[in-house]
Amino acid sequence: MTEKNTPLWEVFIRSRTGMAHRHCGSVHAADEEMALQAARDVYTRRGEGVSIWVVPSSAIVASDPTEKDVMFEPTASKIYRHPTFYEIPEEVGNM
Amino acid sequence: MTTTDRTADLFAYTLRLADDAAILGQRLGEWCGHAPTLEEDIGLANVALDHIGQARALYTYAGEVEGEGRDEDQLCFLRHERQFNNCLLVEQPNGDFAQTIVRQLFFSAFMLPLWRELKASKDATLAAIAAKAEKEAAYHVRHSAEWTIRLGDGTTESHERAQAAVDHLWPYTGELFELDGVVERLVAAGIAVDPASLRDEWHATLREVLDEATLRLPPDGWFQTGGRSGRHSESFGHLLSQMQYMQRAWPGLRW
Repeated sequence: MTEKNTPLWEVFIRSRTGMAHRHCGSVHAADEEMALQAARDVYTRRGEGVSIWVVPSSAIVASDPTEKDVMFEPTASKIYRHPTFYEIPEEVGNM
Repeated sequence: MTTTDRTADLFAYTLRLADDAAILGQRLGEWCGHAPTLEEDIGLANVALDHIGQARALYTYAGEVEGEGRDEDQLCFLRHERQFNNCLLVEQPNGDFAQTIVRQLFFSAFMLPLWRELKASKDATLAAIAAKAEKEAAYHVRHSAEWTIRLGDGTTESHERAQAAVDHLWPYTGELFELDGVVERLVAAGIAVDPASLRDEWHATLREVLDEATLRLPPDGWFQTGGRSGRHSESFGHLLSQMQYMQRAWPGLRW
């Protein structure tokens, strides 16, 4: 089967305990329904998930790796953005 | 009816369900490493493992009912060809991908309502096995139905292959609805499901799927029979020789 007939889909799974869907891989499939089935068959065989999203890979807009410095370098010096300088009261729990 | 008769019937009925599941699981397992795509390779293996899991529970229970100390391995791997009572449909060779998918659709569209009804069985163990198997069968119907629609309503070649599979396998579906003394007595006792009561739903499921797939449902004609009484297709012996090799070569072998 060709790439044209079975395009690539990105698979996101929400685990039993997780709050958000996480990217876990990709599958080839002809359409949405088959992509969901393929994702279920390939990525949830060991009880990994309770919900699946599939998204056409072509719909994902990605940052350009060559612009890595421009995009991400400026944050390196801003350590005050990390909440490590604050005491978090125990009652707050997980942040 | 004596307890012994009831026990013999329950053993026979449970064994048939087990044989159906084991043989279809074995056939599907033959695709492992050979399916058209990686995704489907895993998908078919998943279905195979569902069936093998059902078979294990059923064989184990059949052995308990029989009470002669036979376990799942002995029932699955040490019986001869004529002692297997699976329907002929499940033992049919995989053929091309369309044939495998249509075989699954025909069988699972029958098993889904059967498991659903069997949940109300007066036999608590069969009811419990049915509750688990029902969810698996529901996915098998969905998986095979979606593929059937895409093959039938796909390219000229996929349509032709899917129609050929439907026509080829249709004569093996009559056996699903056969009623013999074993089933009749267990239906009367509230233990088994009357297959005739599933026919309309089965037919409606197939009609809906095949319509969408632009495939033709063959008219009821002459149907193959024999599996329930141990008369199998020529390829069945080859299937058993592969499936039973380990236990025959090393009797009592365990993981």
